[in-house]
Amino acid sequence: MAGQYLDFEEPIIELEKKIAELKAVSKNNGVDFSGEIRRLHKKANRLRHSLLSRLTRWQRTQLARHPSRPFAFDYINMMTKDFIELHGDRHFGDCHSIIGGVARLEDWSVFIIGQQKGRDIKEKMFRNFGMPQPEGYRKALRLMKFAEKFGKPIITLIDTPGAYPGIDAEERGQAEAIARNLYEMANISVPIIVVVIGEGGSGGALAVGVGNRVLMLENSVYSVISPEGCATILWEDCKKVEEAAEALCLAADDLLKLGVIDEIIKEPLGGAHRNPEATAGILRRVLRRHLQELTLLSPDDLIQQRREKFREMGTFTER
Amino acid sequence: MAWFLRSKTPKEKLKVKKLNIPEGLWLKCDSCKEIIYKTELDKNYRVCPKCNHHHRMNASHRISLLIDNGSFVGMDSRITPQDPLRFRDTKRYKDRLRTYTKKTGISDAVICGEGMLNGHKVQICAMEFGFMGGSMGSVVGEKITRAIERAASEKTPLIVISCSGGARMQEGILSLMQMAKTSVALAQLSEAKVPYISVLADPATGGVTASFAMLGDVIIAEPNALVGFAGPRVIEQTIKQKLPDGFQRAEFLLEHGMIDMVVHRKELKNTIGKLLDLLERTKT
Repeated sequence: MAGQYLDFEEPIIELEKKIAELKAVSKNNGVDFSGEIRRLHKKANRLRHSLLSRLTRWQRTQLARHPSRPFAFDYINMMTKDFIELHGDRHFGDCHSIIGGVARLEDWSVFIIGQQKGRDIKEKMFRNFGMPQPEGYRKALRLMKFAEKFGKPIITLIDTPGAYPGIDAEERGQAEAIARNLYEMANISVPIIVVVIGEGGSGGALAVGVGNRVLMLENSVYSVISPEGCATILWEDCKKVEEAAEALCLAADDLLKLGVIDEIIKEPLGGAHRNPEATAGILRRVLRRHLQELTLLSPDDLIQQRREKFREMGTFTER
Repeated sequence: MAWFLRSKTPKEKLKVKKLNIPEGLWLKCDSCKEIIYKTELDKNYRVCPKCNHHHRMNASHRISLLIDNGSFVGMDSRITPQDPLRFRDTKRYKDRLRTYTKKTGISDAVICGEGMLNGHKVQICAMEFGFMGGSMGSVVGEKITRAIERAASEKTPLIVISCSGGARMQEGILSLMQMAKTSVALAQLSEAKVPYISVLADPATGGVTASFAMLGDVIIAEPNALVGFAGPRVIEQTIKQKLPDGFQRAEFLLEHGMIDMVVHRKELKNTIGKLLDLLERTKT
């Protein structure tokens, strides 16, 4: 999975190659390079740390979209047992960009709803590049009501460039489908934990984003519009993505400061794609902690807490 | 010899009395291109008398169209925007805000208040497209949320006239969150069993349609109003095809079951009035 990398990751990759070479040489020739290898390992760690701590917001966006970054299904497979996928919105069809089902996460039966991208071109097409159709939001809502009926907590994993700008999606009322989810999620009486695992793209992301807790992985982004879209509209130049990403303040620490999210989930050194298993482990432990807290609340308190949380969003002056 | 040149300069310059013609007396219809007298257009609810095209209307004009004379009381007009991201594109957000406040005379893109509609007390919000494309940032979200809450606590019906390009990019993620904030508030309004009538004016797109605008108990659109989530240009770029005629227009949405009716501006007040009569009528 770590086959592809971004420009700014190059120095690390070079170093890792060197370490691998040295290891191979020492193994084949019986020469002891262990001191050198240790030194290089340390250097690589330092490099990872320094590179990733001073990423620009645009670089973070690229990392959030990293082709090797774990997707919803990867986390489901690594974190849960006995996942059973459920399909269809019971109105029109089954969206492949939003998946969902029931699974066992540690001691809980949970409903998981995830936005799913594809890895190779065939799967990318199948997943519509992670851009949901209205049926996806409606399926998500159906599953949330199902979870509510049986008192099971809901976990949503956000990873989408945004809603699908297509004729069919408009014909079948994607605006209404998103709006309906925001409205209905205010009424769900079981815990909802939202985790942005990669790209949180606008209304398509928010449609499964109204939770008691909203968490973000360290290198994920969440924004009202993509840097590309923003650059095209405000700068009238689609190449101004770096400026747009910077202006939009879409990184996890920005959102924490703005009071939009509750917590940033640390990724292993080098980012989630460098060590998916470790990332899934961290995420599972974080989810456990929040589940422990939220399952203590009564259904009414859960609804109340969620409503108050979103009531507070925004800044303004009142004279 | 340049016989056509003036050999002498005139002793005094010709005095031409400049006619004082006020600008904007005559307008060209956006749709049929007919020349219309402005007063006539205003009297006709800014609907073209020749082709029935509904021109844009500012927020206060819209309120005066629906609310009984002299009964409107503005609310929450002291809420003003901040610049939480210190946003700057080709211009600074702060400067944009100043320009639009001057231009429209209001502090952000919505006017809220209460008044009487054919004898019914209502909460009303009208979005101002002239203020940054009617975009929704924190102030719009807060004012609409407060109107929803007033409607719920006082049990007065709510009317929101949406005319907006969507969420305001300059407030980033906080604008997106206003969609959740207003929709969550509407869930509470629904519990209070208070009617909510959503009116869609041209254009209603993006974050506004993906939240409160499409959540009305009754959704009414103005004729030919553009209503959708993704804008037509974005869709064209994505699918690389020309969009069919009438796509995302009010009549198209009616056909696809997304709205209840398309109503001429002239009929709007009476239609809402009748609805409220019927909904509030108790069996005697």
